[in-house]
Amino acid sequence: MKNVEFRTAASAQGGLVVMAGVPGVAAGSRVQLRDHAGRLRSGQVIRTADDAVLVEVFEGTDALDLERTWVRFLDEPFKLPLSRDILGRVFNGSGRPADGRPPIITADRRDINGEPLNPAARAYPREFIQTGMSAIDGMNSLTRGQKLPIFSGGGLPHNRVAAQIVRQAKLLGEEAADFVVVFAAFGASHADARFFQESFEESGVLNKVVMFLNLADEPVIERLLTPRAALTAAEYLAFDLDYHVLVVMTDMTAYAEALREVAVLRGDVPARKGYPGYLYSDLAEIYERAGRIKNRRGSITLIPVLSMPSDDITHPIPDLTGYITEGQIVLGRELANQGVYPPVTVLPSLSRLMKDGIGKNFTREDHPHVASQLFASYAKALEVRGLAAIIGAEELSDADRRALAFADAFERRFIGQGEDEDRSIHETLNLAWELLSMLPPETLIRVSEAELAKYHKGKA
Amino acid sequence: MGKILEINGPLVKLELPRTVLGEQVRVGRMGLVGEVIGRDGDTALAQLYEDTAGLRPGEMADGLGWPLSVELGPGLLGGIFDGVQRPLQAMRERSGDRIARGVAVPSLPRDTRWHFVPDPQRRAGAVLAGGDVLGTVQETESIRHRILTPPLLHGELLELAPEGDHTVEDVIGRVRLADGRIEKLYLFHRWPVRTPRPFRQRDHAVAPLITGQRILDTFYPLLKGGKAAIPGPFGAGKTMLQQQIARWCNAEIVIYVGCGERGNELTDVLESLPELKDPYTGRPLMERTLLVANTSNMPVVAREASIYVGITLAEYFRDQGYDVVMVADSTSRWAEALREVSGRLGQMPVEEGYPAYLGSRLAAFYERAGRVETLAGDHGSVTLIGAVSPPGGDFSEPVTSHTKEIIQTFWALSKELADARHYPAVDWLESFSGYVKSAAKWWTEHVDPNWESARADALDLLAASEELQRIVNLVGVEALSGEQRWTLEAAGLIKEGLLQQAATDEVDSYASPEKQFALLAALLEIHRQGLTLVKLGAPARKLIQMPLLAQARRWKSQHGSEDLSALKAKIAAIPQAFEPLLLEYASTATPRTMGGA
Ligand SMILES: Nc1ncnc2c1ncn2[C@@H]1O[C@H](COP(=O)(O)OP(=O)(O)OP(=O)(O)O)[C@@H](O)[C@H]1O
Ligand SMILES: [Mg+2]
Repeated sequence: MKNVEFRTAASAQGGLVVMAGVPGVAAGSRVQLRDHAGRLRSGQVIRTADDAVLVEVFEGTDALDLERTWVRFLDEPFKLPLSRDILGRVFNGSGRPADGRPPIITADRRDINGEPLNPAARAYPREFIQTGMSAIDGMNSLTRGQKLPIFSGGGLPHNRVAAQIVRQAKLLGEEAADFVVVFAAFGASHADARFFQESFEESGVLNKVVMFLNLADEPVIERLLTPRAALTAAEYLAFDLDYHVLVVMTDMTAYAEALREVAVLRGDVPARKGYPGYLYSDLAEIYERAGRIKNRRGSITLIPVLSMPSDDITHPIPDLTGYITEGQIVLGRELANQGVYPPVTVLPSLSRLMKDGIGKNFTREDHPHVASQLFASYAKALEVRGLAAIIGAEELSDADRRALAFADAFERRFIGQGEDEDRSIHETLNLAWELLSMLPPETLIRVSEAELAKYHKGKA
Repeated sequence: MGKILEINGPLVKLELPRTVLGEQVRVGRMGLVGEVIGRDGDTALAQLYEDTAGLRPGEMADGLGWPLSVELGPGLLGGIFDGVQRPLQAMRERSGDRIARGVAVPSLPRDTRWHFVPDPQRRAGAVLAGGDVLGTVQETESIRHRILTPPLLHGELLELAPEGDHTVEDVIGRVRLADGRIEKLYLFHRWPVRTPRPFRQRDHAVAPLITGQRILDTFYPLLKGGKAAIPGPFGAGKTMLQQQIARWCNAEIVIYVGCGERGNELTDVLESLPELKDPYTGRPLMERTLLVANTSNMPVVAREASIYVGITLAEYFRDQGYDVVMVADSTSRWAEALREVSGRLGQMPVEEGYPAYLGSRLAAFYERAGRVETLAGDHGSVTLIGAVSPPGGDFSEPVTSHTKEIIQTFWALSKELADARHYPAVDWLESFSGYVKSAAKWWTEHVDPNWESARADALDLLAASEELQRIVNLVGVEALSGEQRWTLEAAGLIKEGLLQQAATDEVDSYASPEKQFALLAALLEIHRQGLTLVKLGAPARKLIQMPLLAQARRWKSQHGSEDLSALKAKIAAIPQAFEPLLLEYASTATPRTMGGA
């Protein structure tokens, strides 16, 4: 079947082609279309019966002349050729070379859809990654093998934050020698892609980066392949070549919009805001590819970036993402407008794996309590700030005024830091104590009395 | 023998005459398994439990002659199974770290030999009825597995194996049915998951399920055999709370169903439970636990089935006379799986894409919880606790609102509390329990007769403080009277010193009923003492500055449940802390003692 071209396209509409009378076509098979000008497009079988086969065309069906379209069923799923040589290379959104260099020559080609990891084979992520950013390390720590997205919005510095994480991420007391980056962009602007490229170049890791780029002006449906291709490369690097892989993907919103576009064409029943009911499962297939496996050295740590439409965290894309990932780093406009970088809004941010990767044997014994205390004190201080806005700061009690001062200092000095500032976890925790010392010790009940005695700098 | 006509995602149309709805089918060269969900003449529609990529029209299809069933017998405990009861550990040994398709591994190990001890009551020639206990197998040190007669079997016992070692495939007995046919007995039997297992009759639930979590046990109790839901937005703590319940609850068997959630969460349970000791038996917790895992990246049809597999396993242990708890994380993913399939079937959606039968399916599922008199005349229970993951955290969405009507205990998680890291983030105003009266009987008998009134006092205090907080937010704290400020402070004390209970706090992760009540009574006592003083004219400011308040907030983490004597001593000393103030203000306020002090 692979070698036969069919010219039986019966209808085409916005990305979907129906082929008539091709019996025995495999579900999910890759398809090659040759249009009247001899240009090749690629597609995938999404529904198949002997009398009609529905094909999704990744480059779209614009200007397709059905009478002069030749279709070949390749009889296999989308596969990515893999070898060590992918390091340092740039591919397009469906995994073909986009840097003008030759294709990867290898016998090892893998289905980009992957196969679900057996939950009994996973190893729980426990190793603390120091990003050098206090808001993350101190309060929302990242661990190796975690999936931790950045929730952002238009105009916020998510790219700079992601790039800083890539530059600074390291395990405590370990060389970063076996650490590589897989970067995937879909729907991103050329400027964004260039920003990352230059940032990798500057930090001298370019030969340890694999890029998959589907930019804003490239075919929309192809975006459905891009994260899968990138994660297939990541799995290979992590579990075949033992690398610790940091995967950065941007922007998941563009991905989900592409999925919606196709779903509408297929006539799938929409759930919320026109997104199909299977958006959750589809995103999970992507995100769940992060992790660690028992008895394997490598790991996949996944940092997807997504912009929240209208800054709305309850929008289906951030919402479903939050339901799948192991926490989220939320960037906020308010902090950004005050000139705080990185503008991490800590209260809605969360790292679920933090509790198992910090503390005595990992970072420092006081870390869990300090983090909890910072959250509690800051939450309380924000209440006071809200109150001060209503009744005026003059009316506040002395304790409340101290809380206000704490909130300000916390935002400017703890959350805020330089783009090149790489704080060790000890620096972060010491800074936390310095700020907590602005508050009366008896209000700090999330830390132990012993910790207070050891670290609190104020007088009772 | 039939063939595939069409493949559309997980749905395949088959040419397969004489099949029945619910029948298992095996299709294609890979031998993928699924079940029939529709029929039209000679064509049947089936949903497959595995990914259909690579399947072709024209490949063969075959009906297997039975509905989706589970194997019930020794070898279940401590295991992890997928949504159609394939054993994931054995699958890993067979096909590696990733789940390969078309792999058939029996659910129960075939080579393990179990030491069977026949029940002395079972004599040859006697009548054997469904559900009768044939004998026992000591499956783990803490759990004795009762080998049950298949529920629908009835006849004359011809023979039963003597004490000895057997695999699940060895014949251990024979029964003559009414029609003369001879049926063989094994250590295990099969049961279709979508059919509730029979029992003699429903019983009243009587005892509370103790989870060791104060906000649950003390404020919104659940009974053994009851139904509860934990709704909450992402990150609010549904999974943590369910894991806490799985760890510390006083059930004998725990079934943990990960339905469409994260792989790492199951790994966490798998890695942590063997290390933790059951507070009641002292044995590793994994010995009483079994996991059903269909993670979010596994096929969606098996996700729909996983809930039924879980509840059938739960009923099976109930039928052995055990108190079983099943936690399901998350029922929303199950509902979404239902929605996905119904969408592909072209059924008319009613709300947010969900089919019209969502509510009735949910109700029928929760109906399988309960305390019953088993066929063998024992008492057993299934307590069902379902997490709900409402989109955008909106409780008015279909799954949450239907569930709310079905369950009796509602543990509502709040984003605001979780954001402030108040854990468990159970909202004390939104939550409810219909079991307070029954639970009160138990608490009165086993812990303290004042439990119900103390609980009510604390809730009143919390409700009052909510009102006061609204005023403060409008006009500031100065507008409050001394009594009101003290109420606010005491409510804060209850929130921080009692309701907050971090799962990660080794001392406080589990709190015995005695500890729960001691803390509750103590904090209320502080409130009362202070109130007396405020009424005597003491300024609230002075009370709020008392070191006792900061100290009392730490008590929960300083005293474990094993030894409450030190805590009780501190509690006994509460009046002393108030004495100086009392001396000061009682003397100014009470004319009779005026000259005295
Ligand atoms: N009882 C608790 N004690 C301590 N920490 C908790 C508790 N409950 C929740 N947390 C914290 O909150 C995080 C999120 O909790 P959890 O994973 O249970 O949320 P969830 O409601 O199940 O979210 P999702 O719907 O996305 O699965 C945990 O990783 C933990 O850090
Ligand atoms: Mg959860």
